[in-house]
Amino acid sequence: MALIDLANPTRFVSLAERVLPWLIGATAIAFAVGLQQVYGAPDDYQQGATVKIMFIHVPSAWLSMLCWALMSAAALGTLVWRHPMADVAAKAAAPIGAAFTFLCLVTGSLWGRPMWGTYWVWDARLTSELVLLLMYLGLIALWRTVEDPSRASRAIAVLTLVGAINLPIIKFSVDWWNTLHQPASVFRIGGSTIDPSILVPLLVMALAFTLLFVTLHVAAMHNEILRRRVRTLMLLQAQAAPGSAT
Amino acid sequence: MNLGSHADFIVAAYGVAVLVIALLVGWVVLDRRAQKNKLAQLEAGGMTRRSERAVERTA
Repeated sequence: MALIDLANPTRFVSLAERVLPWLIGATAIAFAVGLQQVYGAPDDYQQGATVKIMFIHVPSAWLSMLCWALMSAAALGTLVWRHPMADVAAKAAAPIGAAFTFLCLVTGSLWGRPMWGTYWVWDARLTSELVLLLMYLGLIALWRTVEDPSRASRAIAVLTLVGAINLPIIKFSVDWWNTLHQPASVFRIGGSTIDPSILVPLLVMALAFTLLFVTLHVAAMHNEILRRRVRTLMLLQAQAAPGSAT
Repeated sequence: MNLGSHADFIVAAYGVAVLVIALLVGWVVLDRRAQKNKLAQLEAGGMTRRSERAVERTA
């Protein structure tokens, strides 16, 4: 099957129903392996056992940004090619992105209290991540405000692309400003500063979270296509009803 | 596994993660069920999509 075939909603639904059981299985295996590695990972020499929070905090943070990047790519698909699957992808991704951003903020806060002595500080990294959560919530509210998804999609696509400016701000905030949050320690010039005994479980958990995101996104896209079919049929039913204006 | 003096924070972080993931999975599963039920009700009432009517005509 060519990639372009996936752009057909009917074909996507059929493919999603075949692929989802495999994705669920792969996600479960990745989490089983990841959690087993987390269990066996040593404590950090400075942070002690609280380093275990990193195994859920860092993948959540990565996914919070990856999800917005995906929505930005979908926004281009909506604005440039006006493809209906593009705004299906964006709409389905927004609640998942919001959930991972929320998880990133909460786990970061629970990690910060024992390590920094505070749950929250208005530094650039934390504030820009909070702004990302507010942007997700704004988009979800906008999707719910406009009843016709095709009318909502173009306005939301523009807002999504404008919001993408926050991604480099989040990423480089720790370099541009003096923050309490530590600088990048996994993907950085000169290699990771994390010992392999902690880095490997982190990467396995990141893979598990990414598989979870893909599974949830495919399932949510499938649901969104069904929702649009329901809406179309309800409109047809209303038009066919006796006394209808048309 | 000894989680040390900050065990409460570690357990709370993993607890929140489990809760958020469970809510996401629940949302997807319940939404799927709701949309499939609505679609089945509409189709049982004789409503079909244009593409499906075209297939029925050519059959």
